Amino acid sequence: MSNILLTIDTSTIEWSRAQFALTAIYHWLFVPLTLGLAVIMGIMETCYYRTKDTFWKDAAKFWQKLFGINFAMGVATGIILEFEFGTNWSNYSWLVGDIFGAPLAIEGIVAFFMESTFVAVMFFGWKKVSAGFHLASTWLTGLGATISAWWILVANAWMQYPVGCEFNPDTMRNEMVSFAEVALSPFAIDKFCHTVISAWIIGAVFTVAVSCWYLLKGREKKLALESIKIGAIVGLVASVGAALTGHHSAFRVAEVQPMKLAAMEALYNGGTDQSLTAIALVNPFAQPDYENEAEAPLKIAVPYALSILATNDPHGYVPGINDILNGYTKPDGTVELSADEKIERGKKAIEALAAYRQAKYGSSDGDASVVAYHLEVLKENMPYFGYGYIRDKSELVPFVPVNFYAFRIMVGVGCLLILFFMVVLFFVYKKDITAAPKWLYWSALAMIPLAYIASESGWLVAEFGRQPWTIQDMLPTWASVSNLHSSSVMLTFFIFLILFTTMLAVEINILVKQIKKGPEHENN
Amino acid sequence: MSYEFLQQYWWFLVSLLGALLVFLLFVQGANSLVGSLGGDAEGRRLVINSTGRKWELTFTTLVTFGGAFFASFPLFYSTSFGGAYWLWMLILFTFVLQAVSYEFQNKLGNLLGVKTFQTFLVINGILGPLLLGGAVATFFEGSNFIVAKDNLTGIQPVISQWANASHGLDALLNPWVLVFGFAVFSLARTLGILYVMNNVADENIRSRASVRLVGTTIVFLLLFVAYLVHLLLKDGYAYDPATGVISIEPYKYLHNFLEMWYLLALLLIGVVLVLYGIIRTIVSKTYIGGIWPTGIGTVLTVLALLLCAGWNNTAYYPSTADLQSSLTIANSCSSEFTLCTMAYVSLLIPFVLAYIIIAWRKIDRKKLGREEIATDEAY
Repeated sequence: MSNILLTIDTSTIEWSRAQFALTAIYHWLFVPLTLGLAVIMGIMETCYYRTKDTFWKDAAKFWQKLFGINFAMGVATGIILEFEFGTNWSNYSWLVGDIFGAPLAIEGIVAFFMESTFVAVMFFGWKKVSAGFHLASTWLTGLGATISAWWILVANAWMQYPVGCEFNPDTMRNEMVSFAEVALSPFAIDKFCHTVISAWIIGAVFTVAVSCWYLLKGREKKLALESIKIGAIVGLVASVGAALTGHHSAFRVAEVQPMKLAAMEALYNGGTDQSLTAIALVNPFAQPDYENEAEAPLKIAVPYALSILATNDPHGYVPGINDILNGYTKPDGTVELSADEKIERGKKAIEALAAYRQAKYGSSDGDASVVAYHLEVLKENMPYFGYGYIRDKSELVPFVPVNFYAFRIMVGVGCLLILFFMVVLFFVYKKDITAAPKWLYWSALAMIPLAYIASESGWLVAEFGRQPWTIQDMLPTWASVSNLHSSSVMLTFFIFLILFTTMLAVEINILVKQIKKGPEHENN
Repeated sequence: MSYEFLQQYWWFLVSLLGALLVFLLFVQGANSLVGSLGGDAEGRRLVINSTGRKWELTFTTLVTFGGAFFASFPLFYSTSFGGAYWLWMLILFTFVLQAVSYEFQNKLGNLLGVKTFQTFLVINGILGPLLLGGAVATFFEGSNFIVAKDNLTGIQPVISQWANASHGLDALLNPWVLVFGFAVFSLARTLGILYVMNNVADENIRSRASVRLVGTTIVFLLLFVAYLVHLLLKDGYAYDPATGVISIEPYKYLHNFLEMWYLLALLLIGVVLVLYGIIRTIVSKTYIGGIWPTGIGTVLTVLALLLCAGWNNTAYYPSTADLQSSLTIANSCSSEFTLCTMAYVSLLIPFVLAYIIIAWRKIDRKKLGREEIATDEAY
């Protein structure tokens, strides 16, 4: 039965990647606002519950309305993402479904039902349930969204750092051996903290910016003032938190995905005492000549900072792209094999697997010692299994410009946001934010696209940086994909592009109209 | 818990989710009739707001159904979704349209107009149940795929393939798939009518619903009975639990019902409840609770059918291209460790059902009327 099938068209892989990236990028336009606004409106409704002041109820309902408009798009894009694992990455779904499916199922059972049940109570239950039940529903909606983020990020973290599993040559797939290692992987914890906190920043920026727009127009001053107070405090705490968790994330990346870190830094040749590049001239449209260039031109760097980021030691060793491709010795003396050696061992693993299967299940009615021998060879080389599908070591280098610039945009805007929230809070508590200079209001509005660009850039680093791997060191994209004709995937890509873009335009227009309309006042 | 028990248990859970999903398709069923049930613009809005308080449960159940399949039977997830690409994509497109339409349809600045979004709801209301029903029918009718795990070590490592270029649309050429698909669609409409009659306090809508209930029920019963007879008489796909070899067995599904008498009982109780809810609603002028017996009956009936498809050494996803590629709960399931871990997680399901019921009762304590739409939060 084997090898009767067509070879996969490379454009199928590219279109499948493009479709998944499109869906994920759109999904991440809506989800962070959902997570962020959930905190803001939860705080406001709590204020209403404690004070019984209808101002807080109006404020909470206003932000809930904006939350609802955005929520629907998050749901719509989310369902596509989940099913695309099967439709476009079917080989992946079989090979790691035993591990990867579990967090997705738990997400559905634990998080989605909580979210979808209580969001209805939150919207339609104001006059139907008690104030306490309603408040609980509002927080449970946000909690459901956050738990959902936990499980999907556990799944994503596992792809970046596969733990708690073993390959089973009899079933021809990876199988889970430790749920705790998967669910509580340090990579997942860092990823969750960094991602959710960054989502709170989006919610905070949105709240502050909308409020500043009201101040710019001289409307809704009380709503704007109170919203800015809550938004800016949440935003500042979250921005500082994102910086700290970002450092942790970078540390983990250095440990388990050194190539990603090297691409983020355009670090061609590593070493000890590495400086962190503030900026350098990396051609944004082409892969740099990392084999022959010593470093990116016009580099301005912060001394020792990369070593600190990657190893918590100013003199720590950080490998560059060429080190990783050619092999290097770690400070603890362990030798990291060259890419060619890994590819060789990966091919040995695949050959051993084929031989094992033939010996055990083929017509030769296998000799137990032969079966055991092939199994032993497979186990020895299994850590490099995915490398067996690599045709050339250059495939192991992710596209450096995207990683390099996206990382800098994320960090740069992140720093700007800390400054922004500090300035806003200065005006709130030391001056009068309702009479602040107009540039502050305009800068708040400018922060919305900047914060989104930073947030999406974070994902670009995470996902471009791990290429070519769907699962780090285990499975490249071309061994993960469904065997579809590229025209089918191209067609669905454009359908999604048109659909999502149209709906995004509708959503933005509705949000703008709703903001212009402003909150409804119960007393009126 | 033995591995065999866990396989059966997870097939039960996936079947239960599938059965609940079919019940919750009342949202789609009612939406497909929004024009004729609602009458005028205000009436249409009332119907949409009635289903709008539940649509996320249907949506979530669909997503969880997919997630549970992924976790427990990943080979099905990989083979069906990756193979029947167009069938699943069409289903997803319609659900995407639905997800945004509730929130956007009546909002100022929605660019496309209220009618466009209501049309999206109708499209989802028709195609959602029809295509989902068609997809489920392939559990009995078979699909055109090949599974070759040894491909992983070959030049082309993808293990599951669709054996023709239609990528799932070929299923719609099978008349029995269409019969089952339209049966599910008619059932969704019947459930939708019963739900609206129960949930909306509006005499005009209730009387229009009452009129349409008869015709919809007749169509449903004709299609359902036709498919049930076909199912009981058709050959099925059996496997030998010792060797895993799959073979064609005449009257396999009839044998399953006879050998698993409790499934037959479940099916009969389900059908009786479905009929009871419908007939009492038609006969009585005042009875509006038909959604409950008919809904519970639907869950029991679909559960019995899905269990019949996978239990008793039956291949639940038969391959018409290569018999031995057919999927069974034994050859397509996750490892014992994963099934066991997920079995512990499944203990949360009663808790989840409990809070859904509490929230549902609180929201539906007062029937939805025109006044609430005009003065309270509404789509």
